[in-house]
Amino acid sequence: MIQLLNEKEMIEFGKSLGQHLFEGAILTLNGELGVGKTTLTKGIGQGLEVKKIINSPTFTIVKVYHGNKTLYHFDAYRLEGQNEELGFEEMFEDDGVCVIEWPQYIEDILPVERFEIYIKKNEDQSRSLSFIAKGDKYRQLLEEMSLC
Amino acid sequence: MSLILAIESSCDEMSVAVLKNKREILSNIVASQIDTHRLYGGVVPEIASRMHVECVSTVLKTALSEAKIDMKDVDAIAVTKGPGLVGSLHVGMQAAKTLALAYHKPLIGVHHIAGHIYANELVEDIEYPCLCLVVSGGHTELVYMKHVFSFEVIGQTLDDAIGEAYDKVGRVLHLPYPGGPVIDKLANQGKHRYKLPLPMNDDSYNFSFSGLKSAVINLKHNADQRGEEIVNEDLACSFQDVAIEVLVSKTIKAAQDYLVKEIIVAGGVSANSGLRRKLTERSSMKVLFPPMAYCTDNAAMIASAGRIMYENSMFSALDLSVKPSYDLEEESVGE
Repeated sequence: MIQLLNEKEMIEFGKSLGQHLFEGAILTLNGELGVGKTTLTKGIGQGLEVKKIINSPTFTIVKVYHGNKTLYHFDAYRLEGQNEELGFEEMFEDDGVCVIEWPQYIEDILPVERFEIYIKKNEDQSRSLSFIAKGDKYRQLLEEMSLC
Repeated sequence: MSLILAIESSCDEMSVAVLKNKREILSNIVASQIDTHRLYGGVVPEIASRMHVECVSTVLKTALSEAKIDMKDVDAIAVTKGPGLVGSLHVGMQAAKTLALAYHKPLIGVHHIAGHIYANELVEDIEYPCLCLVVSGGHTELVYMKHVFSFEVIGQTLDDAIGEAYDKVGRVLHLPYPGGPVIDKLANQGKHRYKLPLPMNDDSYNFSFSGLKSAVINLKHNADQRGEEIVNEDLACSFQDVAIEVLVSKTIKAAQDYLVKEIIVAGGVSANSGLRRKLTERSSMKVLFPPMAYCTDNAAMIASAGRIMYENSMFSALDLSVKPSYDLEEESVGE
């Protein structure tokens, strides 16, 4: 568990995480509306050297960015309550990096091996992040980033 | 002279329109799924595309018969190629390509936002250079247009689109979907008495609505914890006031900096009464809004942009594919 005091720290952490990511990495971001999921993704984009502005993908469900790796930024917010073929699997299997907001809504189609990030807002507006690494590659990522 | 048949299916509306010359709209049929999606509190993409498949031929037939034309009279077929939901876009694209192939008509792939912008030309000619404020569920952008079909995005949202912020605030306040029109209506009945931060109140042309959304969530959360009642009308009014204020002030600043002849507004949120009132009051230059009927997604606006592309021979090959995330600037012509 780590604590981030403000938006700047969230971006910095995302950037460092982005720099540690490998091809085909799958990250899920859990947390309430306004907790900072897109902010963290902006940081990850910086780490992946994405130059374009990363903004909310809620409307089109997924936005694609090109840095030193392709970044697929998903938002499953609007997919609540359905289990359909959406064609996301090919992006999950691609050699880019997938960041998935509201993953609980597409639990059925998510790859089993992934890096789960849980963001919680504290009373003082700081954010607590906790991590669950599923699979060896992600456990190694936890170690490399000294998060365990 | 031109007769354009246009198809729009980027999100939850399936629409077909027939446009004669610049602004004779012979038909504009819109099949909305809003009642269905209201049950889910938002658009459900898979349901959207399945419902599009069910209604596309009916909407097409109705549009042709209302326009009293035959497919052979049509000069070109315009279709939204993106951005939007991939499944929804495919339905309109397949229909357009099939028609183009079967009737030997040229195909024109239109950018959805270019369509929203040229909805304004259904009323009067746009004067260039102009500044366009694009406000919808998926977009919040300031676009500088030096001449016809030239698009330079000079500012945009760094996080949520304005329409998205409205919908999410609506969801937090347990208002029916879509949140935009409901909040606008409540705002007109309320008072601005909740303190909310002016989002991204700086010298840039960029916007940010995520912080404002969080501030509303916090305010509601804290009130709930203290057992205080939130007056939805007053919170809607406070939210709308600050959201619109930043849209209006940045638009006017950009219009002055870029020495444009007029300001035009495009996208679903151009129907917002607060935005219409405040921007018109505050701007010293002319402000064009699309007619209310053409603010939300419709095919007449795609026909309007398609008409200009037709005149400039901007045709697409039949292997045209949908582009779910597509930059407006890639659509720009000229320098």
